[in-house]
Amino acid sequence: MISYIVRRIGYSMLSLFLLSLTIFLFVRVTGDPTTLLVEPGASQADIDAMRVRFGLDQPIWVQYWTFMVSLVHGDLGQSFYYRTPVFELYLTRLPNSLLLALAAMVFSLLIGIPSGILAAVRVGGFWDRSGKVFSLLGLSLPSFWVGLVLILFFSVYLEWLPSSGSGTVWHLLMPAFALGWYFAAAHMRLTRSSMLEVLGSEYIKLARLKGLPESRVIAKHAFKNALIPVLTLAGINLVIMINVAVVVETVFAWPGIGRLLYEGITFRDFPVVQAVVLLGGAMIVVVNMLIDILYAVIDPRIRLEK
Amino acid sequence: MATQAEVAGLPARYALVRMEGFPFIPMLILASITFLAVFADVLAPYDPEVGSLGARFRPPAWEARGSVEHLLGTDHLGRDVLSRLIFGARVSMVVGFTAVIFAGVVGTGLGILSGYLGGWVDQVIMRITDTWLALPALTFALFLTAIVGPSEMNIVIILGLVYWTRYARVIRGEVLSLKEREFVRLAIVAGCSKWTIMRRHILPNVLNSAIVLGTLMLGVVIVTEAALSFLGVGVPPPKPAWGLMLADGKKGLMVGYWWLTVLPGLCIMLMVLSANLLGDWLRVKLDPQLRQL
Repeated sequence: MISYIVRRIGYSMLSLFLLSLTIFLFVRVTGDPTTLLVEPGASQADIDAMRVRFGLDQPIWVQYWTFMVSLVHGDLGQSFYYRTPVFELYLTRLPNSLLLALAAMVFSLLIGIPSGILAAVRVGGFWDRSGKVFSLLGLSLPSFWVGLVLILFFSVYLEWLPSSGSGTVWHLLMPAFALGWYFAAAHMRLTRSSMLEVLGSEYIKLARLKGLPESRVIAKHAFKNALIPVLTLAGINLVIMINVAVVVETVFAWPGIGRLLYEGITFRDFPVVQAVVLLGGAMIVVVNMLIDILYAVIDPRIRLEK
Repeated sequence: MATQAEVAGLPARYALVRMEGFPFIPMLILASITFLAVFADVLAPYDPEVGSLGARFRPPAWEARGSVEHLLGTDHLGRDVLSRLIFGARVSMVVGFTAVIFAGVVGTGLGILSGYLGGWVDQVIMRITDTWLALPALTFALFLTAIVGPSEMNIVIILGLVYWTRYARVIRGEVLSLKEREFVRLAIVAGCSKWTIMRRHILPNVLNSAIVLGTLMLGVVIVTEAALSFLGVGVPPPKPAWGLMLADGKKGLMVGYWWLTVLPGLCIMLMVLSANLLGDWLRVKLDPQLRQL
């Protein structure tokens, strides 16, 4: 068991190391940031001075070494554009991203779980079929388009909700819906299949044989067990939501991490891009690792295989 | 084993059984979109890239200010929306299919190599896959476009480079179980080279999964292309791509020019929904192993 965990952590560290190398090289291939940062008409000497200040005059492996050394010390560097420590910048945006992701998650679970259960209890019935349509739509509609249509209805025609910005709960509703629908569909599908599996098991048959009312069988016996995989997926999805919201954030001018990254790429703000991608990657890698380890603890077959 | 052979040998009159649940409407939609894409030059009433500034923001024909000249209205440069939608089908089709095929070829190839050869080859490919998957697809695509600049060709390559990992993962898993099967062992005993086994015995057996995955990926790829175009790093203007039309549509959104936002999105939705329905059906029909996906 210990050796499995050590190996798994080793792989995760390797993945993160590769990610850091990849991202470090990628941002540098996008072009020279100084050309976007200097005033128009700046002299070559100014540009060179800026390159020296950002350490861009050094050979690339020296730059990478410096980057890794400060990373190990917990320093993600200074933003070229904002001239502030990147980590501070990240922390000012993270609460917004978290808020959006949490709201989208609440929405997706509120829709996904009950509709998944209803679909599983009456397979082929009305709820099952409408649930299927709902989830297929959710998986097929681009979230930014959902966002645009929502703006059209609720901001332009009905004038109920603000079309962009952040600050109040009203600002949160539309982006959360646009981001959450896709995930609601995924959660619904998993709830349905997980419920079906549980409902076919022996202990549910026993519960029914005991003469328990069907509502009790479903609510107490089946639901709890069916929920485990759904909550696991929700955990992964929360991390994914934080990191994929860039388009929804763009549509609603929501000041989250996605915007930060997008601006970083556009302005060639290397430290910002490196930090956002690495922190995002780290979140995903760590969550996946925890889940793998958790599963290995539960299921011995996984840790024994080579 | 036996059941599979029996199904394969069903007499012709049972052919319909195998077509059960065939998604006719989605197929029809995909066929129509393909038709529009192929014959766009003939079907589109106007040049999609040229507009007249005198005819800006005309609503569709059935609205009060609309006219039959522009059935679905015009955009902020006075370009005909219907023509742009028709030509946009071409962009989506070309980008979608080539990217899916490109990703499929790379991913299936590497998946087979990884699964069959094992050892360090497997380790290298799987570590790369892990790294790739830790980058959200859209972020990754944003990056690559920042490097190579937006163009239709680049988008195809980028989407291929982003999505091959999905195939590699699934195909590798299948190869791992295939290589323990009798026919592969017999081929080894018979003295076939590794290359021959992978090409003749493994590849045909994973092709079904690759096709199913490809169909399901088509939707994902089209949405990503639209998202990239929407962010302004996809297909470069003035080319008519649906995602780009949505980005332009934002200019008229706040004043209620709904057709510029709703129509391109509906096109994307119809195409992606059809691809997903078709993929779902294929998955159940071709590949029982993928049913739980």
